[in-house]
Amino acid sequence: MLKQIEGSRAVAEAVAVCRPEVICAYPISPQTHIVEGLSRMVKSGELLGCEFVNVESEFAAMSVAIGASATGARAYTATASQGLLYMIEAVYNASGLGLPIVMTVANRAIGGPINIWNDHSDAMSQRDCGWIQLYAETNQEAADLHVQAFKIAEELSLPVMVCMDGFILTHAYEQVDVPEQEQVDKFLPPFVPRQVLDPANPVSIGAMVGPEAFTEVRYITHANTLRALDVIPEVAKEFEGVFHRHSGGLIRPYKCAGAETVVIALGSMLGTIKDVVDEQREAGVSIGVLGIISFRPFPFDVVRTALRNATRVIIIEKAFSLGIGGIVAENIRMALAGIDIAKYTVIAGLGGRQITKASLHELFETAVTDDLRALTFLDLDQELVDTEIAKTRVQS
Amino acid sequence: MKKPYAITLDVESSLANHTGSWRVERPQYVNLMPPCNNACPAGENIQNWLYIAEDGSYEAAWQALIQENPFPAIMGRVCYHPCQDVCSRAKLDEAVGINSVERFLGDLAIAKGWKIPAPEHASGFRVLIIGAGPTGLSAAYHLRRLGHDVTIRDAAKVAGGMMRFGIPKYRLPRNILNAEIARIQEMGVHFQLEHHVDNLQDAIDDGFDAVFLAVGAQIGKRAYIPACEAARILDAVSVLRDVEDGQAPLLGRRVVVYGGGNTAVDVARTAKRLGAEEAIIVYRRTREKAPADDGEIQEAIEEGVLMKWLATVKHAEEGTLKIEKMALDANGFPQPTGEFEELEADSLVLALGQEVDLSLLSNMTDLQIVDGTVQVDSRMMTGRAGIFAGGDMVPADRTVTTGVGHGKKAARNIDAWLRKGEFTKAETPEVIEYEKLNPWYYSDAPHAMRDRLEGARRATNFDEVVKGLDEETALYEARRCMSCGNCFECDNCFGVCPDNAVIKLGPGLGFEINLDYCKGCGICVTECPSGSIIMVPEKS
Amino acid sequence: MTTAPIKFYQVGSYAIGNRLLPSAAGSVQSDADRTNALTSGHRACQGCGEALGARYALDAAMRVANNKVITVNATGCLEVFSTPYPETSWRIAWLHSLFGNAPAVATGIAAALKAKGRTDIRVVGQGGDGATVDIGFGALSGMFERNDDVLYICYDNEAYMNTGVQRSGATPPAARTSTTQAVGEAPGNVFGQGKNLPRIAMAHEIPYVATATVADLRDLENKVEKAMQMRGARYLHVLVPCPLGWGSQSCDTVKIARLATESGLFPVFEAERGEVTASKKIRRQVPVEEYLKLQARYGHLFSPKRRDDVIDHLQAMADRNIVRYDLLESAGE
Repeated sequence: MLKQIEGSRAVAEAVAVCRPEVICAYPISPQTHIVEGLSRMVKSGELLGCEFVNVESEFAAMSVAIGASATGARAYTATASQGLLYMIEAVYNASGLGLPIVMTVANRAIGGPINIWNDHSDAMSQRDCGWIQLYAETNQEAADLHVQAFKIAEELSLPVMVCMDGFILTHAYEQVDVPEQEQVDKFLPPFVPRQVLDPANPVSIGAMVGPEAFTEVRYITHANTLRALDVIPEVAKEFEGVFHRHSGGLIRPYKCAGAETVVIALGSMLGTIKDVVDEQREAGVSIGVLGIISFRPFPFDVVRTALRNATRVIIIEKAFSLGIGGIVAENIRMALAGIDIAKYTVIAGLGGRQITKASLHELFETAVTDDLRALTFLDLDQELVDTEIAKTRVQS
Repeated sequence: MKKPYAITLDVESSLANHTGSWRVERPQYVNLMPPCNNACPAGENIQNWLYIAEDGSYEAAWQALIQENPFPAIMGRVCYHPCQDVCSRAKLDEAVGINSVERFLGDLAIAKGWKIPAPEHASGFRVLIIGAGPTGLSAAYHLRRLGHDVTIRDAAKVAGGMMRFGIPKYRLPRNILNAEIARIQEMGVHFQLEHHVDNLQDAIDDGFDAVFLAVGAQIGKRAYIPACEAARILDAVSVLRDVEDGQAPLLGRRVVVYGGGNTAVDVARTAKRLGAEEAIIVYRRTREKAPADDGEIQEAIEEGVLMKWLATVKHAEEGTLKIEKMALDANGFPQPTGEFEELEADSLVLALGQEVDLSLLSNMTDLQIVDGTVQVDSRMMTGRAGIFAGGDMVPADRTVTTGVGHGKKAARNIDAWLRKGEFTKAETPEVIEYEKLNPWYYSDAPHAMRDRLEGARRATNFDEVVKGLDEETALYEARRCMSCGNCFECDNCFGVCPDNAVIKLGPGLGFEINLDYCKGCGICVTECPSGSIIMVPEKS
Repeated sequence: MTTAPIKFYQVGSYAIGNRLLPSAAGSVQSDADRTNALTSGHRACQGCGEALGARYALDAAMRVANNKVITVNATGCLEVFSTPYPETSWRIAWLHSLFGNAPAVATGIAAALKAKGRTDIRVVGQGGDGATVDIGFGALSGMFERNDDVLYICYDNEAYMNTGVQRSGATPPAARTSTTQAVGEAPGNVFGQGKNLPRIAMAHEIPYVATATVADLRDLENKVEKAMQMRGARYLHVLVPCPLGWGSQSCDTVKIARLATESGLFPVFEAERGEVTASKKIRRQVPVEEYLKLQARYGHLFSPKRRDDVIDHLQAMADRNIVRYDLLESAGE
């Protein structure tokens, strides 16, 4: 049903029609509106057969989800930023136990200094935690990815993190075709857990594993995670069959075929990038876009195929690995290993800084002449940082 | 359903992990000797029959009891219960009233007419027993159970010996005595009463394969006390015998009994019942040193018997006695003080012990006599093969219970000797020390006292003084037993094992250690209330 | 003199079983066919109090709930010694997630069961004192505050035993641990304010809070039974001596727990909705020294120099408990 709706609300409604059984959350901006919506639906009776648990921390939120999922319940939670960091131990545990929990991460910077605005530092910090990570470009996709996430998670018995940009998506009112119950019921079968706590058939879940089997356990989980590279596109295709729109998948190329320059990005900034690329195209520049939806597992093969004929790639990312540089860029480098393509890493939008079309135009123009530095910080106040760094050096 | 590798465990159980290999010591169930059993002159397995009685299986308890002692009803009245003196429960609150439960079982057996099992096989051997006192009767009983043909001869008109002629009926009613003797008679033991044996060799020649002598010690000891002719001096054994024969002697209003043993007390209490206004026991030492059972002394005092401790009779006149006061020296022995007093007394009864009438042995030179008693070896056999002796006529404590014990021991040795074997007693286990118990587990429960007739009233007649327990009280008393050194199936070991390594075998079957899993921690040993588990080193 | 009729059964209810009692009146542990939720072959140290406490509690819970129990285990000795892959000692649906989240995981299970309409299945959370008093405290408090339908059991052995006997918030004053060593002027753990978790639990006014020890099985089973008959958040704090960490003989585990209560150092009581409703009376009172001297963790109180000041201080703590929880049988009773 088409609605003019806040992104968070759209996600809440999408989650609700997935028939979740246990929802737990701890308040943190900018995720709050999602669970506020869900808590209202549970309390009002709109969402039946579901328990909403107001927990005392994100650590507890993920833990409640673990308990619920291990008992065979469809479990959902949402968080962001510090909240995600606070639950990390349980995040790893959920994937280690193979529990198909779905969690929204309303992407936000992590402190200090404290910053509540959007970037991808939070989710990127969890790139190795064993969860599938899907990044939504729009609120429509955010809503749709949640529906797909339950299916992917339950099929693989792995947890899925749906990342949507805080404020930019969560708080934005847009037109969204909110998935309807009937459609979702056709698409998403009831949860059949791979393992379940059942007194009638008591099993021990979460046993200690020593050196004799730990490597094998990790190998098997890795292999299972890689299976997502097949499952994610299949699910997206199936989704399209039921909902008659394309959402999800591993990557989303835009004017990419034959482009000399390809801009690579995740999440909502793809919209702005596409607008700029359209304008560049009108100016005759051979430029395209590759959106990455599945960052974990990273779709090396499809990315390599999509980029192999490009001359250069510009990777714009909203996170930063201190002392290293781009995180997405590093993965792109791996995908393109052995292919002679210039790679530019651009760190942009940290802590909610706006990524303007003007800046992007300038950036692309510099890049196409290969005058861009390998690592660029978009709109960096160079004078300020130079002064500060100089001060520090004098002091020491 | 497919299970993820290493996350879910539903097939493999830790039962595959045999933690028993960690062990350096292992617990072992034992049956140790409880102090009561160890102290019982009749060798009763007290703990065992109490255990059986604890769940109300009285007949089974009685059957277990009479395997060692045919006289529970008598014992429950006259035994001085050395078992209770050593009872572990005394360290917790009060000793278990073993004696009262024994009496309860004995009386119940008489009331219900429970029978002694008949011997399974006739051995073909004939055994003669001389003396139908507790020792002789006990031997007869045990020999009969072992299948022998037993004849018992006694000079008296009725069987019972000192149980009848030495113990007043207010302590041992005759219907009880008769009932327990009758049961032995019913087993097929031949009683030849009023049959005085004065020539042992003749008796043996009657075709007996073995002989057991148990004539007792019936002659009252006479001490030399200067006395005028008119002084009335009697001996305790004769007094008690005459009372039993219905010919109570005239003792007068004031009776002095000289001696500190049980017989002295019996005579003093009898004198009160015969109408004496005053009965005074004179003894040269203190109450604590008197050989008489303290309970008996207490009952006597309650009945109005007076006690004159630390005193000796120096001279007897008609109507008066001259008494010298004694004092204990540093070693606790009484010494004369030179202080004298007069005591009014119409009669003086000497209760200074008894001697054995050895006349029947006069021509038996191979029987060794020392200090007036017959010497026997560890088998209770005299110097002549096939002639055994026991009871008061051999050196030992002169109590009914000791006599019963002798009878049993002699019977088992006679049996072995007849069968040309040797009686080997089952190895006696170690006596369990109180420190090895865990008394915390036992419920608090003081000893259930037997009712007594009001002292003043009872002293005027020969009704039984001490009443028996009703069933509820007897059961309660039995359940006070701590089963020292023997498992009573409290399930503690089964429960406290952190490794579930104790197997419960079911009622009456006890427990077993599962050595596959027992790590040897020893909690079962510490928490066993009765100390019936020990740790033993593992063989390397 | 006649004796009043008394039901007297030799060991009464002090021992695990009693052949003289009808079997229905027997303890769960005396049943030859008990569940053995924690079965043989586990790798707990010899004489482990926690292994004992866990089996006692879970078997009792399973009896009440017709075996329909799911348990969540915090990280710790109990988890490690019971499930080294590929073997498990659990004969109960069992989940281990993390050290600090057992109460929240239990909440999740309870929520799932409620959502599925399976409230016939009951949830028991369990952890050691570190998991409960320290790292999982926030989750536990949250579970209490929400009154989630979980019985949480803390097996308190008063330190982090699994990691090598480090001090926890439940370590008693003067006790030596590997991070409060017996050195310096005030050897062992400090005399602090303490972290009395049963009382903190009571402050949440949850339906039921109780303490128990492995030395009094019937009491423990009764409390589990009572707790299982209630709904909402319930807390049971069980003292489980640790031979390794306490430096005691493996055979003395139960004895030491008994002395802890008989000295008054560990009060055994129960509370409903924040109010103490009953306490287990001391049966044979002992000075704290009887308890302390069996444990090497208090060895420095006796040698090389006897520390009467410290012993008196600990005695004062016991005395305070005795008054506070009314632990002595009053005269005339």
